[in-house]
Amino acid sequence: MSKVRVLVGTRKGAFILTSDGKRKQWEVSGPYFAGWEIYHLKGSPADPNRLYASQTSGWFGQILQRSNDGGKTWETPGGERVPKPGEMPAGQSNKFVYDTSPETGKPLTTHQFYDGTQHPWEFKRVWHLEPSLTDPDTVYAGVEDAAIFRTTDGAKTWHELAGLRGHGTGPKWQPGAGGLGLHTILLDPSNPNRIYIAISAAGAFRTDDAGKTWKPINQGLRSQYIPDPKAEIGHCVHRIALHPSRPNVLFMQKHWDVMRSDNAGDLWQEVSGNLPTDFGFVIDVHAHEPDTIFVVPIKSDSEHFPLEGKLRVYRSRTGGNEWEALTKGLPQSHCYVNVLREAMAVDSLDSCGVYFGTTGGQVYASADAGDNWAPIVRDLPAVLSVEVQTLP
Amino acid sequence: MIRVVLPQHLRTLARVEGEVQLNVEGAVTQRSVLDALEARYPMLCGTMRDHLTQKRRPFVRFFACQEDLSHEPPDSPLPDAVATGAEPFLVVGAIAGG
Repeated sequence: MSKVRVLVGTRKGAFILTSDGKRKQWEVSGPYFAGWEIYHLKGSPADPNRLYASQTSGWFGQILQRSNDGGKTWETPGGERVPKPGEMPAGQSNKFVYDTSPETGKPLTTHQFYDGTQHPWEFKRVWHLEPSLTDPDTVYAGVEDAAIFRTTDGAKTWHELAGLRGHGTGPKWQPGAGGLGLHTILLDPSNPNRIYIAISAAGAFRTDDAGKTWKPINQGLRSQYIPDPKAEIGHCVHRIALHPSRPNVLFMQKHWDVMRSDNAGDLWQEVSGNLPTDFGFVIDVHAHEPDTIFVVPIKSDSEHFPLEGKLRVYRSRTGGNEWEALTKGLPQSHCYVNVLREAMAVDSLDSCGVYFGTTGGQVYASADAGDNWAPIVRDLPAVLSVEVQTLP
Repeated sequence: MIRVVLPQHLRTLARVEGEVQLNVEGAVTQRSVLDALEARYPMLCGTMRDHLTQKRRPFVRFFACQEDLSHEPPDSPLPDAVATGAEPFLVVGAIAGG
């Protein structure tokens, strides 16, 4: 029987939740890396037992962790105690250096700070890890201050894909409230040269040449909080999702507005429809129904909790515009948690499972595409990210 | 033999318990101690000082012999008591929170 493994990153460590295909009984392991912020952990589609985790601390900086056994044991790649002569320099797995080389990099310029002044680029942390669809040793990392890095040696060393940061609009990028983070990386399963990324608060970008060059894909977005609401960049994109069978169709939860593009991001249209509020962070797509999407509406950009204290997932079966509230099993009074941008995922079992985590430490699961919900755990530290692996 | 006391999170990361003991060639300074520490425990690279600039991370402090050495030049000799192993070199995470 198939089973699922839910990878949960929190403010104070990582947890792994496992269940069989029924998804009723759960085994909880962790905390791993107790006391550290785990912004994201994710498994390789090419080798599900290969996991990567971003471990960070305000004191000690960035650590990259890797597991080869589905999370039972972890190592810092390249951090072996006795590196052999001639080997790759050790201790490089947490070394993210912006590329300034004349051959591949761009001059390290500045980006816009909160107050409109220019500010130097400074690496702070890895927000998102996106393993290659085909190679367990290749992973993309989205970092703050916004840039994309890639490893091809299992996270021992990282190199920036500098064409993104250097394509011209970089000095206009500005941080969102949580920082200038590159938080979304989507790999097109039908085209290995195409990658989508999103940055708060610069917007969405696409490469069609495997990361050498990038273009902003923000046409159709409208953001009242920037001087030119229709600007080429500057939009606070919170999350983008796609269905693997239809990778040209993108769904976006923007700061405000739920959006859809049918042409790989070249043009967006709003599909917020009858949502009670279209602010939010997460968005995801049903594993088997490309037009069924899920969001968790949040009251506003200053009140980061559900409207009326009712935790409701909204589902559209029409690719947007028409939404229904899913409430069964979710708290419908006095609920004032948030659901952060990385904290929703779906499994690919026949009856699609949907999962999300809250800043209150709950991880909720639905084994029937959102009709019924139950908490797997209730009292973890604030949840930063949720990923799901469907295992044979 | 130089004795180094790491904060709990870095002990966990390096998979050590208690004090670390290091042989340091030449002058015993912050830089030479940290170089020896990172050479033996590469996973600690970048956690106490920046990979490129080698500057101390803002929330990491260095103490020895009841003195705050955080702002001493990295190539200044550490106290004799550290060099002889009588006293440990302390790596401390700055106190934060209430």
